[in-house]
Amino acid sequence: MTVTEERGAAAAGEKAEIGRARRRKEDQRLITGRTRWTDNLVLPGMLHLAMVRSPFAHARIASIDTDAARSAPNVVGVFTAADLAELQGVLINAWPITPDQKAPTHTPIATERATFAGEVVAVVAARSAAAARDAAELVDVDYEELPAALDLKEAAADTVLAHPDLGTNKSAYWVFDSAQAGTGGDVEEAIAAARADGIVIEREYRQQRLIPAFMEPRSVLCDPTGEQLTLWTSTQVPHIVRFALAATTGMPESKIRVVAPDVGGGFGGKLQTTPEEWITVAVARHLGRPAKYTETRSESLVAGHHGRDQWQTLTLAATKDGRVTGLKVELLADLGSHVSLVGGGVPVLGAFMFNAIYKFPAYHFAVQTVLTNKTWTDAYRGAGRPEATFAIERLMDELATELGVDPLEVRERNWITHEEFPFTSVCGLEYDSGNYEAATAKAREMFGYDELRAEQARRREAGDPVQLGIGVSTFTEMCGLAPSRVLGSLDYGAGGWEHASVRMLPTGTVEVVVGVSPHGQGHETAFSQIVADRLGVPFEAVEILHGDTQVSPRGLDTYGSRSLVVGGEAVVKAADKVVEKARVVAAHLLEASADDLEFRDGRFTVRGTDQGMALTEVASAVFAAHDMPEGVEPSLDSDATYDPENFSFPHGTHLCAMEVDTETGAVKMRKYVACDDVGNIINPLIVEGQVHGGLVQGIAQALWEEAVHDDAGTLVSGSFVDYLLPTAADTISFDVDHTTSPATSNSLGTKGVGEAGTIASTPAVVNAVVDAVRHLGVNDVRMPCTPERVWRAIQDARAAQEPTEPAAMPHFDADEPGRSSTEGAGA
Amino acid sequence: MARITLTVDGEQVTDDVEPRTLLVHYLREHLGKTGTVIGCDTSNCGACTVHLDGRSVKSCNVLAVQADGHEVTTIEGLARGGELHPVQEAFRECHGLQCGFCTPGMIMQSIDLLAENPSPTEDEVRHGLEGNLCRCTGYHNIVRSVLHAAGGAQ
Repeated sequence: MTVTEERGAAAAGEKAEIGRARRRKEDQRLITGRTRWTDNLVLPGMLHLAMVRSPFAHARIASIDTDAARSAPNVVGVFTAADLAELQGVLINAWPITPDQKAPTHTPIATERATFAGEVVAVVAARSAAAARDAAELVDVDYEELPAALDLKEAAADTVLAHPDLGTNKSAYWVFDSAQAGTGGDVEEAIAAARADGIVIEREYRQQRLIPAFMEPRSVLCDPTGEQLTLWTSTQVPHIVRFALAATTGMPESKIRVVAPDVGGGFGGKLQTTPEEWITVAVARHLGRPAKYTETRSESLVAGHHGRDQWQTLTLAATKDGRVTGLKVELLADLGSHVSLVGGGVPVLGAFMFNAIYKFPAYHFAVQTVLTNKTWTDAYRGAGRPEATFAIERLMDELATELGVDPLEVRERNWITHEEFPFTSVCGLEYDSGNYEAATAKAREMFGYDELRAEQARRREAGDPVQLGIGVSTFTEMCGLAPSRVLGSLDYGAGGWEHASVRMLPTGTVEVVVGVSPHGQGHETAFSQIVADRLGVPFEAVEILHGDTQVSPRGLDTYGSRSLVVGGEAVVKAADKVVEKARVVAAHLLEASADDLEFRDGRFTVRGTDQGMALTEVASAVFAAHDMPEGVEPSLDSDATYDPENFSFPHGTHLCAMEVDTETGAVKMRKYVACDDVGNIINPLIVEGQVHGGLVQGIAQALWEEAVHDDAGTLVSGSFVDYLLPTAADTISFDVDHTTSPATSNSLGTKGVGEAGTIASTPAVVNAVVDAVRHLGVNDVRMPCTPERVWRAIQDARAAQEPTEPAAMPHFDADEPGRSSTEGAGA
Repeated sequence: MARITLTVDGEQVTDDVEPRTLLVHYLREHLGKTGTVIGCDTSNCGACTVHLDGRSVKSCNVLAVQADGHEVTTIEGLARGGELHPVQEAFRECHGLQCGFCTPGMIMQSIDLLAENPSPTEDEVRHGLEGNLCRCTGYHNIVRSVLHAAGGAQ
């Protein structure tokens, strides 16, 4: 395991915590069941809510008869949008990507129309969850069904309108062009030149709709008792929820306390301000009683936001010897029925990553975001960057095929070499550090690349019905969201800073408050390691507090692999301030000049003497405050708000071997190697865990998962029976290792790791599946690569190779009978 | 209402329950055993796994009345006198959990798996946990945890 090379100033040799595989502080309560999930919480007089949801994708709500439900046993109230009126507030879009973006007003409960199958049209409050659910069945809604905009391409053509009053489904058109931006050349010129004398690769790829499917269903409990409104919610973003509640309901922000207790996973799916949260608040305020809502899994799958869902039209230009000269990306992105919190910003987050690790001289990106009558989409692990990485890594394999060279070789011809860092990309981003050669060399060796290629050749020659494919993904991504000035230039509604406080307690322990809000990442452990090194105190003496706006009033929460690289840096800066404040007091107590003090291993020593005192002793002296220097306040407590100067650019080389049964289309993973460079590592155990979990989510997109709607717009993959999360039996053990190019953009030299596995793995798997059957004429299999799709791709390719048949492009199967762009064979 | 008497984590309890009450709802809502959680509504995820007379069951798939006269062990009843169960210890040692929501069910199922097969292969562990979903770990370290608890691997 890679051990960090650069450590905090106060860290020392063998005592260093940073780099140690510390077992997690969080685990004790989680493995013994002493947890505080939102749904565990019970308050005196608490009511339970059940939602009434539209079964239609698009329907006018003619009337709602709530009489039977109101008179059901133990029902306290039944409310429609009209009943709650202004009290329910409105849901915001924080990222209007263009000034003219079209976004329908998003009320928590649908008002006149239901705009997707699953939207809330009424809510029941009762004394028990069972009574609420029973009564919800009795709410009689008279719907007049309207034509629904379901297929993304058709919706983009405004065939049917998702919101007739808007007059179009087109929400925003956002463009980045390197010639216009002055960061590169003209892509059309590059493509024209390649058409004349070079290589042009044109492909259309589908990013299917996915469901984040965190394990803990969302739950929210609102207590309006007393002076303050308290909201416990299973969220990644308690600070954003508090801000948005205050901004949209008129309640003073200081009267709202939002608590994210134990949160069972998020993956972007809990980076949202949800109708269910707003409705729970409105009902609790209206009745003046605590109210709780916990969704069922079926509700979670249909009403929690979805992710991905793009069509990608791609043109790559290259010289005859395989040097890339231009990349043109045109996306259609399905927003679903509303522009949700980040909404159209997700594809924009991918806009700067299609060029990836390669030296493209010219680049053009355009995305059209489109409203449809489906669940709204938003961030899902990687948010925009998996889509970008998939596209470019698939294209590089296609370029390699065109050239007849190994896919690693074509990448090497085009990637940024380690001597070229820092490197300004064609998008104008400065990649601070990296070493693609080193990561690739290590991955290649771990994988046994040459041996597997030799086996592949043997199996091809022998005509083995089970063929071997090798997939490559040499990815990078931008994370650590984000420099506020960049967010501002992209019209995002907030900044990207993070906050931390460090308090020296008189008993010698350290209390650290962070603004980031974990849901499985291990912040308590990793931040304790950082503080232990920085202040020279024991790991066990550090306590990390988070996830409660009353304890942690400032923060921008957890997403975009930002907790360590942005939040961790805030912790470092706050800790360093503690040391500087303590230095003044220590100098006074030691009767020395502050300039003569050295701080090491938690002790101030007077240079050249054996005099000194521990930081914890200084903290005790400051608490007593009997002998403070003149004019110095008796507190070492320090805050820091850190705004990152740059994004974080982890990278790595992933290699995947897949076996494909050419007779049945069944695929089986044989080996997966991930060699990631995430800079310096605070806790290798946690980093590896993030990589493993990320890998499986990316692999699942490649092989299993898809949100499938029927022709009426009903989510048919709406339970865990139908939405195919992988199990332990579907997956394998991974070979994971690291190379280290410390980030230069933060003092710890760390890079984000939360999303890397998911971003990298999808194209590695699909490249491997295609590679296994490419000799049969297959050049793409649409995700998820189910046995049926693989088998069909092989059959179609064989048919196309028959001399009597016209040449076909097996990729373009959108017109295949019984399929639309949003559906498929499922799994 | 039906009267049931059972032993939960070593403690005898008696309650009147609606006949339709699921064991998981009884554990959580009547007894406050919130260590056992609900992750789905189709008995796919296994988050609610407990032991009924020493064998693992998905407690969303058992009526409370079916547990009448029987012995139930939940995640909260595993550690004895402050000593973690070896499988709990193994999950911590091998970082077999992240958000921890699936963990109670995973641990209860792993104990059952090891009771049946004390020295499983990796493949047997993977198949033995097929009924329990995790979204965080990619199963890699969960499998290692079970093998570690079995003493068979690191």
